[in-house]
Amino acid sequence: MRIGVITFPGSLDDVDAARAVRRAGADAVPLWHGDRDLGGVDAVILPGGFSYGDYLRCGAIARFAPVMGELVPAARKGLPVLGICNGFQILCEAGLLPGVLTRNAGRRFVTRDLRLRVENAATAWTGSYEAGQEIVVPLKSGEGRYTAPPDILEALETERRVVIRYADDNPNGAVASIAGICDERGTVVGLMPHPEHATDPLTGPSADGLGFFTSILAGVRA
Amino acid sequence: MTNQTSVTQPYAALGLTDDEYATIITTLGRRPTDAELALYSVMWSEHCSYKSSKAHLRQFGSKAPTSTALLAGIGHNAGVVDIGQGYAVTFKVESHNHPSYVEPHQGAATGVGGIVRDILAMGARPVAVMDALRFGPADAHDTARVLPGVVGGISFYGNCLGLPNIGGELDFDACYAGNPLVNALCVGVMRHADLQIAAATGPGNKVIIFGSRTGPDGIGGASVLASASFSAGGEGAKRPSVQVGDPFLEKLLIECCLEAFAAGLVVGIQDLGAAGVACATTELAAAGTKGMRVQLDKVPLRDPSLGPPEILMSESQERMMAVVEPGNVERFLALCAKWDIEAAEIGEVTSHGRLTMSWHGETVVDIPPGSAADDGPVYFRSIRRPASQDALEQDAADALPRPDGGDELRAALLAVLAAPGQAAKNWVTDQYDRYVRGDTVLAMPEDGGLLRVDERTGLGIALALDGNARYCALDPYRGTQLVLSESFRNVAVTGARPLAVTNCLNFGSPEDPAVMWQFAEAVRGLADGCQALGVPVTGGNVSFYNQTGTDAIHPTPVVGVLGVHDDVRRRLGIGFPPGVALLVLGRTRPELGGSVWAHVLHGHLGGRPPRPDLAAESRLAALLARACADGMLAAAHDLSDGGLAVALAESCLRGGTGCRVELGGDPFTALFSESAARAVVAVRPEQETAFGALAEELGVPATVIGRTGGDALAVDGCFQIPLAELAAAREGTLPRIFG
Repeated sequence: MRIGVITFPGSLDDVDAARAVRRAGADAVPLWHGDRDLGGVDAVILPGGFSYGDYLRCGAIARFAPVMGELVPAARKGLPVLGICNGFQILCEAGLLPGVLTRNAGRRFVTRDLRLRVENAATAWTGSYEAGQEIVVPLKSGEGRYTAPPDILEALETERRVVIRYADDNPNGAVASIAGICDERGTVVGLMPHPEHATDPLTGPSADGLGFFTSILAGVRA
Repeated sequence: MTNQTSVTQPYAALGLTDDEYATIITTLGRRPTDAELALYSVMWSEHCSYKSSKAHLRQFGSKAPTSTALLAGIGHNAGVVDIGQGYAVTFKVESHNHPSYVEPHQGAATGVGGIVRDILAMGARPVAVMDALRFGPADAHDTARVLPGVVGGISFYGNCLGLPNIGGELDFDACYAGNPLVNALCVGVMRHADLQIAAATGPGNKVIIFGSRTGPDGIGGASVLASASFSAGGEGAKRPSVQVGDPFLEKLLIECCLEAFAAGLVVGIQDLGAAGVACATTELAAAGTKGMRVQLDKVPLRDPSLGPPEILMSESQERMMAVVEPGNVERFLALCAKWDIEAAEIGEVTSHGRLTMSWHGETVVDIPPGSAADDGPVYFRSIRRPASQDALEQDAADALPRPDGGDELRAALLAVLAAPGQAAKNWVTDQYDRYVRGDTVLAMPEDGGLLRVDERTGLGIALALDGNARYCALDPYRGTQLVLSESFRNVAVTGARPLAVTNCLNFGSPEDPAVMWQFAEAVRGLADGCQALGVPVTGGNVSFYNQTGTDAIHPTPVVGVLGVHDDVRRRLGIGFPPGVALLVLGRTRPELGGSVWAHVLHGHLGGRPPRPDLAAESRLAALLARACADGMLAAAHDLSDGGLAVALAESCLRGGTGCRVELGGDPFTALFSESAARAVVAVRPEQETAFGALAEELGVPATVIGRTGGDALAVDGCFQIPLAELAAAREGTLPRIFG
């Protein structure tokens, strides 16, 4: 199983995402933002960071990257894609997921280990969890406040497309404590917290995040 | 060259003295050009030339202990330490105090940027940052401007750069009200073979400037801003001297440089920091063949109206200068293009022993580069112990009213925990990314930061950064040794072995003999201390003129210690697990001079600070390293600010368990004394006997004080405080003040 990790010039957590992929037992394939090529991978991760500096709205420039020209149609056809933090922002900017991530309610960057609730364990990236399971994963972002128009929010809730919710405090003012969502198929998932930083208790608050990476393995094999 | 001898040159406005100006004329045998005058003014500034400190700093070399760990020492961009398995580590701390007061956000941001480029220029990948921050009183009006700006700037720059922030310090004191201290540390890792040098060698090799375009920002940052005191109310006029940071470009510079190093495309490299092009060209040339020819009109500009003096003095950020063989220039430029980095060939290395610069064909600089880079003025400033020092020493803390009985002890502990300098620092540290790169094993609120270097073997590095201005104000010699001791101990409690030292020396004006006495004593204390502990100083930074009018800050040396951890999987944190025995290591004496208790409860600063005991520090560190390697300990926390009382509270909260302790003798001294060379450790159940024997063998006093468990911090016969109440006391303070 080969999982591509896209590196933009300002990607920061690409190394960690690749490490998490290997820990889960898959091959991590580095992909470059400037290439119009997905290397025939089985799934793709858009990692955290500041893609092109993000002095404008986060992810607003990254959606125009050459590699996105390949990724967007492939994702629409069912290629599993996981966007973490900046990757989530890029998925929203690229129209693969609805809504937008705005400046945190407190207007400050927030790094915190948070309890999250897995609301939907039927997506390509959450099959290793039980619905309702609580996990501890770090959040680290300045623009992580999810919001969307009321009709979209209603659709997300009724279609069970809210994948992850903040279980205790809402750290950034996200509407309905939404931490992650998916597309209609459940193959494209975006979330603000960083499961790749919770794959080993030595370097993270838990190993709870590993499930995202093992989920995709199990799903693609099945 | 144009040289109108009838006009008085503006050397004084550029910060040069009459004597320094005369020396330039003697060196050149003529009046300097405007460009040369600009170049000498920044290179001979206090900030760049260390002219007042050099004579003292030599002790770090002359008293250096024998160490096999040093690959490169003082004088390079940063010192390089061998940590084994083929890895080398470079680390350095630098001040950005003056810019951070004038424009807190950009001042602090570019402080991070500058130290990261220093580390990069050694050939290393920067892997983490730390920062030591000091502000005026937390509730002072101006602190509400400066602190959020500084923290936001560090967060903005460091997070975007992708460097975990793994620790540091936060303190408040009235002496920093007009002079906040922002000291940033960066650490980088490389393989031994990757070490780069900052020298322009090989005549015919090309000089390339790459990164950001040169603009009018930061002109005079080193000379006019960082090498002079603030006058009351005048900081606004100096705002143009502060630079503006672009962390995304710096991230690209890091990746580009590391690829260029790996491809063998770089002969020599230097970052552009203080004094910009002037510094990079003179230092590269002086360390190399002594000859370089530069076409200043080829430097890419953001503002086309800039002339040679401005280009030489500009401190625009995110710029580097490389020396590249002619045959590699094309590949080097292609690599820059890959990372969208602008680069320009601006000159070449020569063998004629002069640094010459031209501007559209006209020669505007023609100097021996060493005269600017190495042979600047050296001052033996007058030194005088201030008369007030005796009165300060005699005003001992022993005379202060002490808490009487359990209720008062309890109240004293809660007051100390809620004081801004001791309170939980999450308001600050939650704004920093500590996870990025995935190798952070320990970060704040632990005693030291710990990073994994090798995933396979578990090899890692520990870092601590500490200062204590109250101790140093009472006795700069002892105080600096106590600061060194604390940093050394903070590395040791993670289970790492301390290897090397860096420092950032923050003081008032060197033109004040009392300040120079503090400085001389602090340097002597640090050099003697490093010798006794067997850890060499690998580099550092001096920041003078931290004063407004005649009011200087307390002497504030900040010391960073680097250690190697053989296996980070065995690291020790401060958090207590439940159901284990607690021991205090070291000897507790009634030492309260300069203590947190005296400061918080009485607003008192007087007497003598605790007595440093460097031999005991070494023994304690050896015990912790052995016990960690043998898996005897479950946690360890150093005892320093606030003594055992604060350490117990912090370790209980971190581990989420209470403890019950019994303190023999005077419980006040046991709880609040700040005697050096002490730690509290939690011993694994089956290891108690073996640990006791090891402590005895290594000559470290070890006293069982109690056990962990329950949900309160209980001191038998005195008080008990539920964890929730401890947490509320510690965690409420900064959010209440800063929102």
